[in-house]
Amino acid sequence: MDKHMEAKKRNQAYNRYVQAKIPKTKPWPSLFNSFLVGGIICCIGQGINDLILLWFPNMAEQSAWAYTLIVLIFIASFLTGIGVYDKIGKFAGGGSIVPITGFSNSITSPAVEFKHEGIIYGICVKMFTIAGPVIVSGVVASFIIGVIYLFI
Amino acid sequence: MYTNQTVIFKNKPVIIGSYSIVGPKEGKGNFGQYFNYVMKDDSFGEKSYEKAEMKMLKTAIVGAIEDAKIKASDVNLLLAGDLLNQIISSSYAARDFDFAFLGLFGACSTMAESMAIAGSIIDGKEFDTIVCSTGSHFSTAERQFRFPLELGNQRPPTSQWTVTGAGACVISSKGKGPRLTMATFGKVVDFGINDVNDMGAAMAPAAMDTMLAHFRDTKTTPDDYDLIVTGDLGKLGSEILIDLMEDQGIKLGLNYNDCGQMYYTRNQNTLSGGSGCGCSATVLNSYIIKKLRTGEYKKVLFMPTGALMSTTASQQGETIPGVCHAIVLECDESVKDVKISTTSNRNVKNTPSKKSERTSISQKNQGHINN
Repeated sequence: MDKHMEAKKRNQAYNRYVQAKIPKTKPWPSLFNSFLVGGIICCIGQGINDLILLWFPNMAEQSAWAYTLIVLIFIASFLTGIGVYDKIGKFAGGGSIVPITGFSNSITSPAVEFKHEGIIYGICVKMFTIAGPVIVSGVVASFIIGVIYLFI
Repeated sequence: MYTNQTVIFKNKPVIIGSYSIVGPKEGKGNFGQYFNYVMKDDSFGEKSYEKAEMKMLKTAIVGAIEDAKIKASDVNLLLAGDLLNQIISSSYAARDFDFAFLGLFGACSTMAESMAIAGSIIDGKEFDTIVCSTGSHFSTAERQFRFPLELGNQRPPTSQWTVTGAGACVISSKGKGPRLTMATFGKVVDFGINDVNDMGAAMAPAAMDTMLAHFRDTKTTPDDYDLIVTGDLGKLGSEILIDLMEDQGIKLGLNYNDCGQMYYTRNQNTLSGGSGCGCSATVLNSYIIKKLRTGEYKKVLFMPTGALMSTTASQQGETIPGVCHAIVLECDESVKDVKISTTSNRNVKNTPSKKSERTSISQKNQGHINN
């Protein structure tokens, strides 16, 4: 028992020492990069939305939003497929993960990665390994909000 | 209190052949000129990266046998291992060879593990010729342990880059070449690190444990070696090891370095350095063995470390245990008296104490390898 406690103490001391030694990421440059890229992605989205409304003046604004999202998702999947999106992500961090393009990337990248395991066991099964938690929490959150909405 | 962990080989098995094969990124790294073969692309003409890793191992084994100038039928046993589940690269590569196979898993320490076992078997005169091999591939390791390649995420500064490469060597009871004189088998050591992106910190205590056992069992000091080299502790891990050893009263000087730390150039964006079985295997089978053959290094302590983690265990909240095996390689008698001026780091007794000095020295060492 004593030995066990000793090891625990040693491990805690070692973890403290390592934590102090680990090189830290610089917050300001990372924040700047992610706001820059995230902002550019949003501007592109707005541009697509405006173009759609310009070309199809009779379209309802809400359907234009849906088409904008589809176009953005396609662009991100395409960039993932040709191996560009991970390079953007390396630079931008959260800036390219938070917009819907990041979601698209998180589904396309495992699909590309696991294509050698076959369509069903590879692509279909592995496709949601990263995006799965996002979808689950989205469904759960909408359920809770729906219940609250029912009573007020 | 202590058990003896070291085997001293009386018959001194000889490394008669070695071969290393690496990926294009590794070919551009600091050891580029020493490798036997640099692949043009990561897939090596295969459909998947797993298949490429198997082919790399096969190429390395064939290359080492050719380098040793023996026939494949002379080989008694193949000792090999890798990082993938069920060590598929090694066992699938072994099905194309007509000799007995023992699969090993020591994570990134597999090269020393296999050579230590091979040395013991040959020293006991049970078998005559044994091939040791290991390798790793960046893309297969990423997909097994981390995220898909195309996912746009950032890597933390402590993370390391898995080396795409395989190395193999042939160890025999007779012949000419560097000799295997001692081997220290390591214990599994766990200091409670659970960050899977910080392998250096998880493995440094294992390296310390084996190093202490080695110096204690063999009654040697760091100054007895021209080069003490760990496998893939990386920049952070090797600094931690220096600190840990200092706490134990042993100062690691100019002759200490880490393969992972030296592997890539500063511009290759690998953060804390190289890792994986291939990291120590390719450096040993190219740079270190070549320098031992010419007599530039007389005595080398090679001690790669392995993090024995699995994604399942990590997700269940387990910490990461590490293991480290050490082997001592000495140059052949015939080149023992060769004096080469570049071995300036031999017998350096004064260890610099300031950290800044240390880093500048390791940079200098990198430069020295570059030339």
